[in-house]
Amino acid sequence: MTAIEAPAPLDAEEEARLRAARRDRIAKWALPVIVMALTLVLWDRIVVWNDIAHYILPAPSRVAETLVADWAILGPAAWATIQITGLALLAAVVGGVGLAVFFTQSRLFELSFYPYAVILQVTPIIAIAPLLRIYIDSVYGVLILCAWIVAFFPILSNTTLGLNSADHNLRDLFRIYGATRWQKLRYLQLPAALPYFLGGLRIAGGLSLIGAVVAEFVVGTAGQSYGLASRILEASYRLNIPRLYAALLLISAIGVVIFAALSLLSHLLLRKWHESALKRET
Amino acid sequence: MPPRRPLLTLSGVGKTFAGDVVALRGMSLEVREGDFISLLGPSGCGKSTALRLIAGLSHPTAGSIRWAEARERGDIGVVFQEPTLMPWATVAENAWLPFRLRGQSYSAVKDEVREALRLVGLDAFAGAYPRELSGGMKMRVSIARALVTRPKLILMDEPFAALDEITRFRLNNDLLSLKAKIGCTVIFVTHSVFESVFLSDRIVVMAARPGRVEREVAVGEPYPRDEAFRTSPEYAALCREASAALHAAMGEAA
Repeated sequence: MTAIEAPAPLDAEEEARLRAARRDRIAKWALPVIVMALTLVLWDRIVVWNDIAHYILPAPSRVAETLVADWAILGPAAWATIQITGLALLAAVVGGVGLAVFFTQSRLFELSFYPYAVILQVTPIIAIAPLLRIYIDSVYGVLILCAWIVAFFPILSNTTLGLNSADHNLRDLFRIYGATRWQKLRYLQLPAALPYFLGGLRIAGGLSLIGAVVAEFVVGTAGQSYGLASRILEASYRLNIPRLYAALLLISAIGVVIFAALSLLSHLLLRKWHESALKRET
Repeated sequence: MPPRRPLLTLSGVGKTFAGDVVALRGMSLEVREGDFISLLGPSGCGKSTALRLIAGLSHPTAGSIRWAEARERGDIGVVFQEPTLMPWATVAENAWLPFRLRGQSYSAVKDEVREALRLVGLDAFAGAYPRELSGGMKMRVSIARALVTRPKLILMDEPFAALDEITRFRLNNDLLSLKAKIGCTVIFVTHSVFESVFLSDRIVVMAARPGRVEREVAVGEPYPRDEAFRTSPEYAALCREASAALHAAMGEAA
């Protein structure tokens, strides 16, 4: 690098590139907000101009009012759904990573049990849930189990792939230095698997919410109300469409928050070294 | 100069893989302390197989490899063709690895790690991650990791083959001054005649199909060698000799 007295004037191409970058930074936030605002206005106008009854399609303002007015009912339901989703995701992480580690430690173990993990994954949860309801007394337990079954496979398969993806020369190096199995796992395989695991975790986060909601629909909570899904069912029986929309809004919001939180976690853990977290010039 | 003590002896070493693929046949070689030996040959001549056998990563199907003294963890350092660094670890953490696998904490060996990084000229980059470094710098980290435990033997498997020529020449020079400083023994696999003549005191020319030793060329030129050596008539003559041996090896194989 040579020292330059005055900064050289940028050429037209470079200026255009900088302008485009600035524009993108603003548009990334502004555009979705504008689209959302337009949609709400259009929705509201359609309801008002066509004089649609609120039990067919409530106006967005009505949904918002219901959300506040019915918070005593919706709030605890949302909290229950969050708990089920969170516990299922936690169990999926423990089970998925644990099983993946066992798989890479013993080839025979992997050959024995991998097909069953696949069977568990490909069987629709809707088909298993009624059975689980018969065998397990606690509705809460059934819901968590269902959400776990849906969520754990992406973590298992991604982590297994990651644990096996460590550079083969590095494996040789660990052998030459006489590394123990535990050292190889801890210093080589687990760090190498981290980006894969985080990819699986992001998928599993969304799936555990879907699992929690779907399971609640299927299991039927037999009079006891748990999460948002049973509130939606209840609202639909009573044609309380504004509350149905409010519950739906909450489920979407939970999903978005889970995705954003896991994306942030992934970024924080990988930003220093992984290709996926790097910003490239040009 | 006192005669060098033997470090390692290969006698009649052979390796046959399943399906009767003979990777290496009847290789005998005495490695003495302080030697810089190049294994030079075309692809398929078994030079990398020989290196893996010496590293203990696989076992010979014939002959034997004897160490003068019992081998311990960290007695061998290895540099591969790729830098083979852990991308999630800093430069210093990468260089610490051989100690870490012996159960030694970073604080206990901080000085050794720093010294190794200083030797390869990267002490200012201890906290950097591999992705922030150029190809040549990554290779320097790899070399620092190989020598951090001051091993008896450093094995290098075409370490500079993927680098540009300017970087390769610099690393060749630096490798020689490193060796002069720490006095290690090196076995260096290459397919470059020029590199092998510049670096080594013995060149083992190998032939392919089956992999075997064709002949040994002694490079009697004293160390230290610098850029002037690259243009000297002695260098040219040795390159011709090694080149002729290599051609003879390849002619037979063809």
